Amino acid sequence: MKEAAPRVLAVASGGGHWVQLMRLRPAFEGCEVVFLTTEAGYAADVAPARLIVVPDANRWNKVAVARMFLAVLWAVVRVRPDVVVTTGAAPGYAAIRFAKLLGARTMWIDSIANSEELSMSGRMAGKHAHEWLTQWEHLGVSGEARTRRGDQERAPRFEGAVL
Amino acid sequence: MRLFLTVGTQLSFERLTGGVDRWAGACDVRPQVSAQAGPDEHRYEHLEVEPFVSPSRFNELFEQADAVVGHAGMGTILTAMTRGKPLLIMPRKASLGEQRNDHQLATAKHFEGRPGILVAWEEEDLAERLDELVGLASAPPSEAAASPWASERLLDFVRSFVRG
Repeated sequence: MKEAAPRVLAVASGGGHWVQLMRLRPAFEGCEVVFLTTEAGYAADVAPARLIVVPDANRWNKVAVARMFLAVLWAVVRVRPDVVVTTGAAPGYAAIRFAKLLGARTMWIDSIANSEELSMSGRMAGKHAHEWLTQWEHLGVSGEARTRRGDQERAPRFEGAVL
Repeated sequence: MRLFLTVGTQLSFERLTGGVDRWAGACDVRPQVSAQAGPDEHRYEHLEVEPFVSPSRFNELFEQADAVVGHAGMGTILTAMTRGKPLLIMPRKASLGEQRNDHQLATAKHFEGRPGILVAWEEEDLAERLDELVGLASAPPSEAAASPWASERLLDFVRSFVRG
């Protein structure tokens, strides 16, 4: 058991990922939360909590991806979170990998947009996260349908949705 | 009537933006349409276009609108639901190069029929659905806005995980 007030790093890239992360805020009550995203304008959403901004990157731009990973690494080293919770996408994957190395517990919540199959970043992150959730019952271990071939050994859990 | 059109933070969506423009031009009573149209080179006569907007500007345009038109992105859908704004969504199609995959088609299927949410599956349906949207926005609101928070089940699960 942890003592009071774990330090949480809550991560989401801009747009729908961020909107979903915001819906989880009541779960962080009583914690010290630092948010990490790709859009500086979100500071007002979380004030007075701290917001760390990293460069955005899509998977086709290797330089941007490298820059983003370094920024996330630096953020994780500075914040030293006890827990990482992310709704994706790429910065969340990076945060899970680095924070886990430093001993944090990590949770990936796949976007509610992925109702037919898990996202690519979700499948990648799921291998590493301590908790891996889908927001669709039929994609989770408690549902009938299983994740696609190759994900059989470890499927995400379904524990409710952001809606 | 004031509408806000949003195509998300990454790509343009000319099939939707162009359709809304033509519809607006053909309306007897011209709606005022603010459009966050993404990186889109076209000129739209009947839209007030801003390619990208800051989060605060996005909130402002959303608040001012009587109804919202958007791609079938979760940010758009969740925001419209929590603010009680009638919403028309058109899914992006991978076959037309509008998105990497067809997850927006699945999303639209799941949300079609929810109170206050309309879906235009094809360009040809757009004008008719937009007329319906104006009808929804003109009627007194019948549905309460959705909760701004995740389901209790998910919140409890995340809470206990965070607490260790």
